[in-house]
Parts: sequence; C-alpha cells; structure tokens
Amino acid sequence: MSLLDIRGLTTAFQTERGEITAVEDISFSLEEGEILGIVGESGSGKSVTALTVMGLLPRPPARIVSGSVRFAGQELTGLSERQMQKVRGPGIAMIFQEPMTSLNPVFRIGEQIMETIRAHERLSTRALRDRAVQMLEKVGIPSPARRLDDYPHQLSGGQRQRVMIAMALACNPRLLIADEPTTALDVTIQAQILDLLMDLRDEFGMAIMIITHNMGVVAETADRVMVMYAGRVVEEAPVGTVFDAPLHPYTRGLLDCVPSLSAAKPRLVAIPGNLPEPARRPSGCRFRPRCGLAVPACAAAIPPLDPHGPGHRVACIRATAEVAA
Amino acid sequence: MIGVALRRIGSAVPVLLLVSLITFGMMRLIPGDPAAAIAGLSATQREIEQIRADLGLNEPFLVQLLRWYGGLLQGDLGRSILMGKGVVAVTFERLPVTLGLSAYALVLTLAIGLLAGILAALRQNTLIDQLAMMFAMIGISVPSFFLGLLMIILFSVRLGWLPTGGYIPFGEDPWGWFRSATMPAISLALLQAGLLARITRSTMLEVMRQDYIRTARAKGLPGRQVVFKHALANAMIPITTVIGIIISLLLSGAVVTEALFSIPGIGGLLTQAVLNRDYPLVQGGLLLVTAFLVLVNIGIDMLYAWLDPRVRYE
Amino acid sequence: MSETGALPLEATLAAPEAEPRRRHPAWATLRRLFRHRLFVTGLVLFGIIAFMAAAAPWITDANPNRLSMRNKFQPPGGDWVFGTDNFGRSLWSRVVWGAQLSVMIGLSVVALNAVFGTLIGALAGYFRRLDNILMRVNDALMAFPAILLAIGVTAMLGPSTFNVILALGIVYIPRTARIVRASVIVLREMEYVQAAVAAGAGHWRILRHHILPNAMAPMIVQLSFLFAYAVLSEATLSFLGLGAVPPTPTWGNIMAEGRDFMRDAPWIIAIPGVTLMITVLGLNMLGDGLRDVLDPRLRIQQ
Repeated sequence: MSLLDIRGLTTAFQTERGEITAVEDISFSLEEGEILGIVGESGSGKSVTALTVMGLLPRPPARIVSGSVRFAGQELTGLSERQMQKVRGPGIAMIFQEPMTSLNPVFRIGEQIMETIRAHERLSTRALRDRAVQMLEKVGIPSPARRLDDYPHQLSGGQRQRVMIAMALACNPRLLIADEPTTALDVTIQAQILDLLMDLRDEFGMAIMIITHNMGVVAETADRVMVMYAGRVVEEAPVGTVFDAPLHPYTRGLLDCVPSLSAAKPRLVAIPGNLPEPARRPSGCRFRPRCGLAVPACAAAIPPLDPHGPGHRVACIRATAEVAA
Repeated sequence: MIGVALRRIGSAVPVLLLVSLITFGMMRLIPGDPAAAIAGLSATQREIEQIRADLGLNEPFLVQLLRWYGGLLQGDLGRSILMGKGVVAVTFERLPVTLGLSAYALVLTLAIGLLAGILAALRQNTLIDQLAMMFAMIGISVPSFFLGLLMIILFSVRLGWLPTGGYIPFGEDPWGWFRSATMPAISLALLQAGLLARITRSTMLEVMRQDYIRTARAKGLPGRQVVFKHALANAMIPITTVIGIIISLLLSGAVVTEALFSIPGIGGLLTQAVLNRDYPLVQGGLLLVTAFLVLVNIGIDMLYAWLDPRVRYE
Repeated sequence: MSETGALPLEATLAAPEAEPRRRHPAWATLRRLFRHRLFVTGLVLFGIIAFMAAAAPWITDANPNRLSMRNKFQPPGGDWVFGTDNFGRSLWSRVVWGAQLSVMIGLSVVALNAVFGTLIGALAGYFRRLDNILMRVNDALMAFPAILLAIGVTAMLGPSTFNVILALGIVYIPRTARIVRASVIVLREMEYVQAAVAAGAGHWRILRHHILPNAMAPMIVQLSFLFAYAVLSEATLSFLGLGAVPPTPTWGNIMAEGRDFMRDAPWIIAIPGVTLMITVLGLNMLGDGLRDVLDPRLRIQQ
C-alpha cells in the first residue's frame, strides 16, 4: 500500500464568474521514503494539489469536486477540521516558498517549534526545549540553544527556511510537502537547503513531495517526476527517464528552459505563449495552442494519461509518433 | 527599546512646545477686550482694569509670552476666575473622576469592540458579520449625548433604575459608583466600540491572510490557537495605535458626557469654565488634557514597540 | 494610481457583457457605486436630509420661531407632524430649519478642508523644505482632542454659526492635510511624475496635472467622513450652548432645551436626535461606499 494515494482528484473554486477547476482528475501515489517532484508553471495546479492534501484550502470558495486522497490507508477528503489537525504535523507536514513571511514575526522560533510538538504530544517543558534544540541542530543552525530565543527577523532567509524545516519535522511526519522551498533563496543557499532535505530524508525516512517550477531542483532531488499543465498531469516518470527520454512536448519545453553548464552553448528557449486562464482553456489537449507538434486530432479530446514503459505515463497522442519519427 | 523611548520623547518636545504656544495664542482669539469679556456686561471700568492687571494683559506681548512659559516651567497655569484657585490645582482635583469614568468606558470599548470585530472577521460575510458591522455603523453614527439622553429617559425617568446624574466616588461606595458611572460610560463607549470593531475586523481579515497563519494551520494547531494566539498577537500591533486614538476620543467625549450627567470631572469643569468665560481655566485645562494625551501616546508607542519584536530589538 | 491600476481584481472579474471601452472611466466608477448597497442606502438617507434642508422655506410654514403658547407640548401626529415644544413652536419647522443649518455648516467645513487641507497637504508633501515646519504645526494641532479644541476655540470666539465653522475648520484641516500629504508623497515618486520633472514641467503644473488629480480618491473619501464629523460636532457644540445662538434652531440646541421637559415631552429630544443620527449614518455609509469603490486599499488601514 502506498503512503499517499490520490485518485481522480478534482478541486474547484467558486468565483464571481462561476466555478473554476484548478486541478482536474489527478491521480498519483507516493511510497514511503520516496521523493516525488511535481513540476509546472505557476497556475498549473501544483500548489492547489498540495493544499488539497493538507486540507488547507479555504472552503468555500474551494471545493473538492470528486476523487479521493488516501494517506497511510486513511481517507482524508471527508475528515473534519479537527480530525485533519491530527494528520497535520505527525502525518503530513509542509514548508512554504516564503521563509520571510511564513514564520510568525512576534513569537520566538523556539516557541514556534515547541508549540508544534505541544499540539500533538504530551511532553514536559524541559523535554520540549530539548527536542527543539535537537531539531535546530539537525537542520544545521549553529549554537541552537541560544537561537531558540531569537525572533524570525533576526535570522537570514536561509536560516528561516531551516527553522521552517525543523518545525515541520518536529513531529516526525511520514510525508513532507515542500512547496517551492528554495525559490525565494539565493542560489548558493538553494543548494544547501536541497542537500539538507535529502540528508533529512535519509535520516528520518519520510517521503517528500517537492513542488517546483525548476527542473534543476527536480534533477537534484527527486526519485520520480510528475509534470502538470493547466490543472492536469501531462507526464509522470522516474527522474532518469524524464531527463533522458521525455515524451510530452511540454516536458521537453521545460527541459529546454534549464540552463545547462555542460553544453557548449547555453540553451535557454522559453515555451512560446502563456498558460491559458482556467476559464479560457482550449478544447482537447490544453497544451495544444503552444505546442509545435499539434495536429487537428489534438483538439478532439483530452488525451488520456497512458503508460509508455515502466513507471512512465504520458498524456499526449503525438508522444509515440514523435519518438518513432 | 530605550532608543524608541528616547526618540519618541524627543519628538514630543516640539509638539508640546507648539501646543502650549497655541493655547497661549487662544486668549488672543477673544474679540475685543478679553478683560471686558471676562468681567461681563455689568462690570465697572475698575473691575475690568483689575482683571486686566491680574491676567497681565497690560504687559507687552513678549513679556506675556515669557511669563506664560515661565509659569509653565513652574507648573503654574494661572488662576481660575471661577474657582479662585490655581488652574493646575483645580484640574488635578477633578482628574481622578474623569480618569475613572474613561477607564470604565475604555474597558467597555475594548470588550465590545474587540469581540465584535474578531467575531465579524472570523465569520466574514455571514449574518453575524453583518449584524456586528451594522452595530458598529450605528455606534459611530449615534451622538453620545443623544444616546445618554435616551438612556436617561428610559432607565432613570421611566424605569427609575439608575440616577439621572451625579457621581459617587468609587472609594466611598463602589456599588454607587457603578450605578452612577454605568450610563455615562456606555454612552461614551459606544462610538469608540463601533470604531474599534470596524478596525479590528479589517485588521484581523488582513492578518488571517498572512503566510504565517497558513503555517500555523499546517502545523496542526487547533483553530482556537491559530486565531487567538497567532492572529491576535499580530493584529494587536496596529490595534494598539488605534487604542491611543480611542483614549483621546474618550477624554474629549467625557466633556460632553460629564456635562450631560452632571459629573464633576474635567469635562464638567471645562464646560463650566466655557459658559462662565473663565478663560484661564479653559486655556490651562485644554493644555493639561492635551499634554496628558501626548504622554499617553508615548506610552502607547512604547507598548507598540514592545508588542512588535521587530521594533523592540532594533 | 490610475483608475484601472487601483482595481485590477475587479477589472478582470468584470462581466464580459459590459462594454467599457467607449465610455469614460468615471462611468464605470459610478456604476460600481450605484451597485454598492451601503452607498445607495447612505445616499437615500442623506438625500432625505439634504432635501429637507434645501426645501425648508417651502415645506414648513417659514418661521420656525413662531410661538403659540396655546399649543405647547403637543405630541407628534395630528395637527403637528413632529409635535411642539415648550413654547408651542412646531418641531417640524425647527428640525427642518435645523437641517438647513447643519448641512450648511457641514458643507462649509468640507469646503474649507477641500481648499486648505489640499493646499497645506500638497505643499508639505511636494516641497520637502516646507514639510517639516508644516507637519510640526499639524502634529501640534492634531495633539489636541478634536472636540475639546473646537470647544476651546468657540469658547474664545464666542458662540455663533460662523465661529463654529471656523473652529471645526481649525480642528479638521490638519487631519485632511495629513491624508493629502501621504498621497502626494507616494505620487511624487511615481515614474510618470519623475518623467514630467525630467521633461522640465513646472512645479505648479506637475502638482495640478499629475499629482492632485490622482490624490483625489482618498481625499473624497476623507471629505465624506468629515462631513459626518462636522455635523456631529456642530450638534455637540450647540448642545453645549456654543453653537448658533437661540432662538435660531439647531438640532443641538433644540435637544438642550428639551432636557428640562424630557419626562413629559421626550419627543423634543428624540426627533432632532433621530434626524441627526440619520444624517450621520447616511454620510458614514456614503463614506464607506466611496472608500470601497474609489480606494480599496484604505479598507485595510481605515
């Protein structure tokens, strides 16, 4: 049994112009200790997927239209807020893009870590403090006992993200969702944070769902990759396959966006056009208007996510044709 | 923190200097001869001359100004014509009454305003929200003296539950104080409660949208803790500034309320002074109340700095 | 900020059936205003009062001070719509003429603020040299509790309608100036203003054409709330005996006179009180509506 198993998930938002589907018919699963990279442009539905799993979308306006989210054998979609609170923390934890604004500015970081533990476990004040120090140490904060009494504004961006990670892992979760964890950080710090996440995965054994628009981040961390476009999964494969033999034209476009140091000339080709607005999605394949390989048949129906080899699924009717050519 | 305090006190000095200069200048707004105006229509020329001499109005302008600041430094704001005593002494005698009443009204304001505002924010766009905001809108639109009069008509004249006016010091008889101060405090508090509810609501809505609230929820904290610890601690920072404004409004509102309920506080005193053309008392009382408010606002700014670690650890 | 720049969300969410391209942007703003429930309610409430004020000579028997001792303390209804007071004067007449005075004073204070508040705020915000001195004086005036300063000034000047307007002007102009100054400081740094400076436009031209038109929205919102405060303050001053001198009817002095008869003739207090409340409520609702539509950012700061 997978740790996380999502089947046919559709999430929609009520807006003044009617209901807009943010995520449509998503299915994927995540094994214990596995790192899954979810890739796509902003607006592709990555974050909505994560927030749906966490039960953090404001309802209304958000609504789970259909599908199921099973975590460690437990169905999460029907849970009450109170039951969900028990899952958040020890079950699934989450870190966010903006370490600058994700920590509460008026509480000491020690308190913010300790209250997380206090919400889920009964521990003495002494033990809480020890655990907080231990967590800060694990995420590489120097002289952690003293930093416990610091306020977030006294830390650098990288340190704040480390504190966020310490906080998320304080209850030893089985799944960590990292939503663009390095986007807001300096390039040198980015690599450190990614290394830290990998090390912690090895130590704690939790699974990680890492959400990013950066293929480089995926290459460095993920075991498996899922590419999303306009609310749907377009390709899913082990990380090696995605980089060596991507099948979906969109995935290939994304890969062309990664500046490669080894190539003689850095290739930096942007995909032409923009992500369609949810209300103005084209018929058939949603990537069709921006796709160089589109044929009339692409407009007929949304292409199904079909298997193309071991662990490889692609939603493109031109995928095989192109490879054969 | 000490830096904040020093800077704040430093900026208050020029304000206080200007405030005292403006109050000094107010005497000069009196059209014609102030001495004659004070003495009244039936006064003889001698009496007018006497008042003129008492107030030092014969001196050149600069001498009067220096005398005013000299007096200020010694804590002397002149003599009240009505009371025959020093303005400072008369004002300080009445201060506890006004402070007691204002404190009572402030407690009511905070209780009603914060509660209504938080509730409205948490239940945004529901009936509770609409009722709370309707209450707040009426609160900021009802003149306090009208509300006071309505309460007197209902609770004192018709039902006979509470006295129509007067004031019993808390030290003498706490229950009597409560009976005499409740209607004035309510009429004083309603406006500010409405104001506070509106601001609390919008501040809470803004805070609830912040990333750290999402983090708190993602950690699995109970909803109560997310709202009353994480959100409120941040919302209180801007709300503190508003409380400074509210204290100012309460003290100026007390003038009308005290006059209405015949309460012997500073407000009642100033109204008496105004109606009896006791200009030195009007001038001095206004200056003292304003200076007091400047001090209160320094205190509020300190509280603000203390609530926000980003300012505290500057 | 430009009309569309301020409202990106609402602009994108606007129904596609609208054809805003041909029309002046003011039309879109007006349409949003008239869809704002609070604004419309406020407009109706204040409209009633404004109508009373404007039509006073035609809807009353012209003399609010006509005594009729035979008819004193008539309750509302019957021959006397709003009843009569202790001198048998018609409360309907007195309240309607009081409305005229209230609206007149409110408008005058708003006009004083629009002129001097804008002038001082624009000068302070635009010319850094002037900022310090002007804002010091402003801070000092704002340190006084509003109604107390108004009481002090009218006490010194003596009770009269003109002096009330003057006193309320002195009290509120610094507050308006501060709001205008805040917008001007932001606008001064905008690129299009900097471009105009670089192109050699004069200070006057820049202020008049580039800065002030864009500072109007928060100003209009402020003025509508100011109207409410002015009406409320005037009533308070005249309740304390510092407004227009009796027998000139003002809502405040009618209520003050009614205090002696509140046991037997509570309507003398209740009718002007409710009228005053409706006026202030209407203006506050108008202000809320204007703020929501013209300047959504203010919703957060108030």
